[in-house]
Amino acid sequence: MWELIRINKRKSLFVLILMFILMVSFSGAIGAGFYTADYVTGMLWGALIGVILWAIQSAVAYFAGDDIVLHFNMAVVVTPESYPQLYNIVEEMKIAAGLSVMPEIYIVQSSGLNAFATGIRREKTAICVTRGLVENLNRDEIQGVIAHEMSHILNRDVLFMTFAGVMLGTITMLSHVMLRGTAFANSSNRRSRKKGGIPGGHPAIIIVILLFAIVAPILARIFYFTISKKREYLADASAARLTRYPIGLASALQKIAKQSSVDFVSKITAPMFIVNPQFAGGDEDSLFSASTHPPIYKRIAILTQLQQGGKVSLENYQKLYEKELETSGLFSKTTLESDKSEAVRAENTEKITEFTESRKDVADVILANTGFKILTCECGLKIKLPPSDLRMKVVCPRCRKELSVSGENNAAATGNGENELVFTRKNKNSWESFPCQCGKFTFQLSPLFRGTYVVCKHCKTKVKIEYPE
Amino acid sequence: MTFLQFIYSHAILLLVVISCPIIFFALYNKLVGLRNIVRNSWSQIDVQLKRRFDLIPNLVETAKGYMKHESETFIKVTEARAQAMSAINKGDVKEVSAAAANLDSALAKMMLTFENYPELKANQNFLALQEELTSTENKVAFARQAYNDAVMGYNNAVEMFPTNMVAAMFSFKQSDFFEIEDKAEKQAPKVTF
Repeated sequence: MWELIRINKRKSLFVLILMFILMVSFSGAIGAGFYTADYVTGMLWGALIGVILWAIQSAVAYFAGDDIVLHFNMAVVVTPESYPQLYNIVEEMKIAAGLSVMPEIYIVQSSGLNAFATGIRREKTAICVTRGLVENLNRDEIQGVIAHEMSHILNRDVLFMTFAGVMLGTITMLSHVMLRGTAFANSSNRRSRKKGGIPGGHPAIIIVILLFAIVAPILARIFYFTISKKREYLADASAARLTRYPIGLASALQKIAKQSSVDFVSKITAPMFIVNPQFAGGDEDSLFSASTHPPIYKRIAILTQLQQGGKVSLENYQKLYEKELETSGLFSKTTLESDKSEAVRAENTEKITEFTESRKDVADVILANTGFKILTCECGLKIKLPPSDLRMKVVCPRCRKELSVSGENNAAATGNGENELVFTRKNKNSWESFPCQCGKFTFQLSPLFRGTYVVCKHCKTKVKIEYPE
Repeated sequence: MTFLQFIYSHAILLLVVISCPIIFFALYNKLVGLRNIVRNSWSQIDVQLKRRFDLIPNLVETAKGYMKHESETFIKVTEARAQAMSAINKGDVKEVSAAAANLDSALAKMMLTFENYPELKANQNFLALQEELTSTENKVAFARQAYNDAVMGYNNAVEMFPTNMVAAMFSFKQSDFFEIEDKAEKQAPKVTF
């Protein structure tokens, strides 16, 4: 498999090289336009500056791109304890892919169904799924989705698409500057042209530059989306190969297509999602369509037919791909030669859904990770206490039974060894209230209150008030 | 003839002399790298099989309380487990694959009998164990798949030109695939409760 990955890249690498040539020749033409004394020298300098521009932006993206996930609101790290099933599925796929580093797993608080992978560097990768996804898909479907994301990590697609994206950005920027510059020059008088700032020299060169400025961004976009779409198919093929169960991914895609939109997408991250969140529905199907993802029904059709064939291999996927898209292959010959065909595996028939997959459990995992205390009453009711709730005992609102809040959870609130209760104010400029541990009195802090201690009127407990920075 | 003149006149010869060992070392390193991947994948199978061995007694203990009349099934599973453990300790690929297949079928039978005990399925502890076992089953299958992929890459390198020359010189041997003989057992055991 490792061998395959390196070779896998070649087919889309060709398009990336075309894009690179486009960028270099565009910036070269601009150079020739500015340095009219010697066109060749100007061209070389222009090309060099273009490449340097691209390299700097790529370096910035390379070193800054890792922490995207951490900025998401309410993204919760999944551990084996907090969500065993999801963790297990990811670990299974990690083993199948033969990765040496386990990716971090996050659940994002979003009801849309989607998932994506990040990690420009091999040592630090992450797979992110939405809450909606884990709530609505079964084990086989989640496995398919995770395998797809794992393939993005394995094929180094994040790195690849970042470089391609930066290239697209550089070309667009150059064309923008050129078009605006020339338009401005035409509206002002002729003297300003001699001062520089816009390309001069032979009219033929100006025409070439203008042509480039108009055509290059369009071409670059086509290249970019071609690469992106190809790599989606590649990830689907690898996912089918990893799970040996293409129908799992197919039915996951079917469900995701209905509600894939999430609210934390950017243009850079869009190619890494399993289904493009910006084009929910996914009917984009022309050469010029600005979608990073291939039409979802085609992906489903290929995967379904692969399942019916009974044998999963990259070669079979390629055959179906060629049939469905009426274009040439996806993998190079060497890739296919060193691949082995595997029988489709059996379905996971058991329903684990009952004990971990229910909608509320996922929400509880997230709440527990953000400091909520969760109590289960004998009557079956779940009581969720926010971190600011200091009560040692609560009364179940349904059966009126008194429940004691477990000490372990309360330790965070009690803290400080000497049984001192601490309340940390979230917003000291507004009214805040919290119940005392005896449950009979509610403290109310005014926006002007700046004291260090408050005392309960009922049980005389002292509570320390802390103010964050 | 000065030194520089010598270098210019024999440039091609020098290039060959310098590049030969570089290519040679690169090929050798490639083989070693592939062999290490094979070994690493094998140890992964090892890890997962052992994990499964640890889970089985727990599962049997939990189930025993509910299933008084199925002692024969439990004995079979326990025997298959012991057999597979000794095979693993010997480290022979073929023996381990046979023993693992045996354990697979014994486990599958036990899982089928669970079907008749609805109270068992209500037990939270049992359900958690069940998820662990399902996942470990999968992990064994996927580790096996990854191992076979690695063996395929390595064996290809040992057989194909130009790496085969280096392989012959340093006696790199082909590795065995982790095969499952019986076609019915080729599928992961159906874990139904």
